Amino acid sequence: MDAAVAEKPARFETVMTPAEPAIMKERKPKIVTEGVTVHYGDKQAIYPLDIKIPDRAVSAFIGPSGCGKSTFLRCINRMNDTIPTARVGGRITIDGEDIYDPALDVVQLRARVGMVFQKPNPFPKSIFDNIAYGPRIHGFARNRTDLEEIVVNSLKRAGLFEEVKDRLESPGTGLSGGQQQRLCIARAIAVNPDVILMDEPCSALDPIATARIEELIDELRENYCIVIVTHSMQQAARVSQLTAFFHLGTLVEVGDTEAMFTNPQERRTQDYIMGRFG
Amino acid sequence: MADITADPARTRARAWNSDEARARTRKRYAAERRFRMYGIAALCFATAFLVILFTTIIGTGWTAFLQSKFLLNVTFAEDVIAPDGKRDEQTLRLANWDKIARTALYQVIGANEADRKERKDANELLSRGIDVQLRDMVLASPDLIGQTKPVWLLAQGNVDALLKGAIDRDIPEDRRQLNNRQLAWVDAAVDKGILAKKFNTGLFTFGASSQPETAGLLVAIVGSFFMMLTVALLAVPIGVAAAIYLEEFAPKNRWTDLIEVNINNLAAVPSIVFGLLGLAVFISFMGLPRSASLVGGLVLTLMTLPTVIIASRAALTAVPPSIREGALGVGASKMQAVFHHVLPLALPGIMTGTILGLVQALGETAPLLMIGLVAFVVDVPSTPLEPATALPVQIYMWASSAERGFVERTAGATIVLLGFLFIMNALAVFLRRRFERRW
Repeated sequence: MDAAVAEKPARFETVMTPAEPAIMKERKPKIVTEGVTVHYGDKQAIYPLDIKIPDRAVSAFIGPSGCGKSTFLRCINRMNDTIPTARVGGRITIDGEDIYDPALDVVQLRARVGMVFQKPNPFPKSIFDNIAYGPRIHGFARNRTDLEEIVVNSLKRAGLFEEVKDRLESPGTGLSGGQQQRLCIARAIAVNPDVILMDEPCSALDPIATARIEELIDELRENYCIVIVTHSMQQAARVSQLTAFFHLGTLVEVGDTEAMFTNPQERRTQDYIMGRFG
Repeated sequence: MADITADPARTRARAWNSDEARARTRKRYAAERRFRMYGIAALCFATAFLVILFTTIIGTGWTAFLQSKFLLNVTFAEDVIAPDGKRDEQTLRLANWDKIARTALYQVIGANEADRKERKDANELLSRGIDVQLRDMVLASPDLIGQTKPVWLLAQGNVDALLKGAIDRDIPEDRRQLNNRQLAWVDAAVDKGILAKKFNTGLFTFGASSQPETAGLLVAIVGSFFMMLTVALLAVPIGVAAAIYLEEFAPKNRWTDLIEVNINNLAAVPSIVFGLLGLAVFISFMGLPRSASLVGGLVLTLMTLPTVIIASRAALTAVPPSIREGALGVGASKMQAVFHHVLPLALPGIMTGTILGLVQALGETAPLLMIGLVAFVVDVPSTPLEPATALPVQIYMWASSAERGFVERTAGATIVLLGFLFIMNALAVFLRRRFERRW
């Protein structure tokens, strides 16, 4: 950490804005940030950061531990608001709307920008209630039939329905790790979001469950803007179309995934991808 | 480096199979064994004292649950009770109940009614509380008048003490509580089966009395119940609400830090100080009645609040943050996240802490002494504003009486209090098990 502090000025200058990635020509930008900074108390976690994240595609954030990728992810649905010492600067827009606008309802924002966490965190309730909770508090369903339809649809989209259709009333915490994580994805889908943020969604799962989730992410990309933070470069290469490499709180390089993994422009990106550090 | 590795002593010290290494391992195991022994010793010590406590209290107190009573064929003679034929309450209250009981007693023990001295000796065998007992029987069913009915009537405290072996028959008559004639009567009555130890319902139905045989815990139990009710109704909602606000909503700044420190300090304030506060605020300033269980409840509420707040906060902190994030992540507001997810998960912990706070309040004596709950209250209070006492205060008052009957009642009341505490603790365990959810 001390090294990071010492190198601070250098990092500040090496933020580079590469040529427009090819994916951005095919998709309209969903999330656009301008000069986003994050401070935890006196410590700066993110240095001014500009990025455009495409709609209906998977964008992966990679980088070594403590590089600020999760912190940045949590800015996109304002989850950092829950940390008293965190301060966010700059501008983040979703569909052109500033999400840090004081007039904006943060509760609605979080429903529109769903989040899946590192450790599966189903509520200690039944599978049905886990998914029905979001639609219930937002008043999406007019009656029980409506609600059941939402639950079944969300479970189907998350690829979990076939496995749990006979035990919707059993507790969600009784499922396996991979199933719990898909339940959490279904829970996020149930409130009809535009964006789904995933914070290392597979880090607590075995390879088979991971493969299942990756498959699911690939299917979901048709309808959602997905941003995934991952420690696994293979995973980033497999599921994403856009990759952003973070290091010591700065966005070092962003580009089409294929280009990033075959022909990185930055020395540090290259070193990280080759496994020379991280 | 070379000379270090070459040093044979160092090489020996670092080898796993050397004698030194084995000695180190032995020492480590010995240390662990020694530590376990300390633990077991501490446990034995604590258990021994617990056993001593229970044997002493139960050994002294179990006799309080039995009370000596005479089985007398009482004739409810109309010419004694209501000579003018009236049945109204006034007449019945003023009737000479002692006379009909004594007449029955003289008959069975064969006392000479004409001899004034003998009559006095016989009268002393019956409790002074029997008039109330007979009166209440007739008030409940006035048809009894004119009938003869066998009734168990309370024996006097000294008779009870004699039957329980607390009076030494060998000490000279002039220093003994019962004289030789009374002893003979008692022995004869026991032989005939008309004087026996029965279950002491009076312990749970009587109020304060200067005679041990008619002294009971009802006023104290009712008073303690009212206080627990007050504490539960005030301390629980206020405490839990304060804990939720402090834990989930309050900004972390100098003011909330100050409040937190003060709550923790309040939990450590000696309880008598709360009694002084109650005396000054509730009685002197607000003018609430003295000796009322409401005031006791308010004081105990102040005393219990910090415990409830601290326990509730600990329970709330123990809920994993991932649950909060999950709820916020699907667009729940902060309050929805707390009330739909965090609070239900924290509830078992909150309830356990709260009940332990109530248990602490139930056993508290010192603050109640300050606000006049140490009083001689005969009539059972029907509202929290009427004079009452509390269980631990009753124990304290009985403990300062010299009669044998009060000594056993002190221990008996302690058993009752411990019983209540035990029930509440069991309830806490039950609730925790019942509502505990896994995540």
